[in-house]
Amino acid sequence: MSTLVMQPTHMAVRYLRALWRQPLYVVMQLVQPVIWLFLFGQLFKNVATLPGFAGVSYIDYLAPGVLVMSALLSNGWSGTLYLTDMERGVLDRLLSTPARRSSFLIGQLGYWATLTVVQSVILVGLAVLGGARFAGGGLSVLALVAAAVLLGLVMACFSNTLALRLRDQNTVIAANVMLVLPLCFISSVFLPQALMPEWIQTVARFNPVNWAVEAGRQSILANVDWSIVLTRLGGLAALAVVFGLLAVRSFRAYQRAL
Amino acid sequence: MNAAVAALGPFAIEAQHLEKRYGKDVVALRDLSFQVERGTIFALLGPNGAGKSTAVKILTTMTHPDAGRARVAGIDVIANPRGVRRIIGCVAQKDAVDLEATGRENITLQAQMYAMESRDGRRRVAELLDRFQLTDAADRLARTYSGGMRRKLGVAMGLVHQPEVLFLDEPTTGLDPEARSSLWSEIHRLAACDGVSVLLTTHYLDEADHLAHRLAIIDDGRVVTDGTPDQLKSRLLGDAINIQLDADAVIGDALRALSPRNGWLRDVTAEGRAVHARVDDGARAVPGVLAALDAAGVTVASVTVSRPSLDDVYLSHTGRSFSAAHAGDSR
Repeated sequence: MSTLVMQPTHMAVRYLRALWRQPLYVVMQLVQPVIWLFLFGQLFKNVATLPGFAGVSYIDYLAPGVLVMSALLSNGWSGTLYLTDMERGVLDRLLSTPARRSSFLIGQLGYWATLTVVQSVILVGLAVLGGARFAGGGLSVLALVAAAVLLGLVMACFSNTLALRLRDQNTVIAANVMLVLPLCFISSVFLPQALMPEWIQTVARFNPVNWAVEAGRQSILANVDWSIVLTRLGGLAALAVVFGLLAVRSFRAYQRAL
Repeated sequence: MNAAVAALGPFAIEAQHLEKRYGKDVVALRDLSFQVERGTIFALLGPNGAGKSTAVKILTTMTHPDAGRARVAGIDVIANPRGVRRIIGCVAQKDAVDLEATGRENITLQAQMYAMESRDGRRRVAELLDRFQLTDAADRLARTYSGGMRRKLGVAMGLVHQPEVLFLDEPTTGLDPEARSSLWSEIHRLAACDGVSVLLTTHYLDEADHLAHRLAIIDDGRVVTDGTPDQLKSRLLGDAINIQLDADAVIGDALRALSPRNGWLRDVTAEGRAVHARVDDGARAVPGVLAALDAAGVTVASVTVSRPSLDDVYLSHTGRSFSAAHAGDSR
């Protein structure tokens, strides 16, 4: 098979294998969103009696939001994989081979996408056990997972770009922490837009996290508005391409600084 | 060197007037030129910050020079970096090993990056594990390897695609003597048996002396001298002769006794109770020196004669002794 497919696959397998060897880390990565889901689900349970929730239960409402937020959080660590490789000299070794720079990125993104899918499937399962219904049906849940994956890729590419250009672990981690929660609060992760102040509603329209939540949240409605799903997914896909190109270019910037 | 390799042209590496600066102030390479013949081992020696690693980064297409040009196996590093990457192997200062993967997985991934898939790749990986005595540890995580094993793994990874030119950046730094000598014989074998051209940078003069067919001493971003280790040493003109005087001998008497022989003995200096001099052929000079001292009533404790070392060469070209030059960071 072509190296265009095989080399990214080998890179993805490499990261997955390393992850598999740290089962405790895997468990902690999975427990965190579960805590978000059930803690917030209980804490804000009565919020759902407010107008604007259209009669869905809060766990129903919250599940797609937490799923998107979890994808954002885990993919935000992406750059640290390159930083570890840089520190050990592995990245330079890879760059000295004739393999394409895009293979290194695509392989790593394949790893993140796989992780997001697994994380999302487990979360959907747990949410269902916790009483969420996902009235929109299978296809709309698929769209929810797709939205989480695409948003995750945008975040991973952003994190990779920071890592390759700044080459500093602290900055990459701080950027993740600094961005994720505000981006989630300026979106309908926790509350419907109708309940937000007007300026937040305005900002939220340009927030890709909000696009992902809007696309994903259709999965809890009996009548899925596919035009919302497709426009939001389209926007996320376009953004992922832009950030992907930025990340590939950053390999060149990294090499110039060597 | 086999015929097919020789037919491609005489040089494995040609660096012409390479210049590289970092920011405004740091000049890494000023005007670096050297050539490496195919099938030979070439060593770049120099203090930290002399530009050794920068030269390697340019030649391995990791970074661009600001001026000058370079070709590896006849391929231009700037015009065709991927072409160069296909035929070179790189072993960096750091081990560049993925510690969360096994030895076998590390080499296999490297093979895959050269598009060596399935059977051929697996055979080559097994061959290299065997060659570097890593077969028993092949399926253990590299995290559990000793420093010497990681370095061997690093070299094995650099060889996976049977490169024509191998770059070794300080290959034995930090290794114990046993691991060092085992790596030395492997490097020697690569050039002698496999016809691989090797460029190595090193902190160790004895390493360059032992391994390199030719070497260049670089300082402040340019080559200050180059040649075979023997050529460089013989340019220093002669052996060192060291005379240790007895406790009751007068050093002034010794210097006076030796002065008629000026022109034959050179650079006569006194240091404590010792007299140092240079002479073309140390062994032949000893009887005459002893007779002259004896006639002047100077009693001698011992006489030693030594061939000039690369350390002497280094000192005479950079104005620093080698150990004193190695306090800073490498670049």
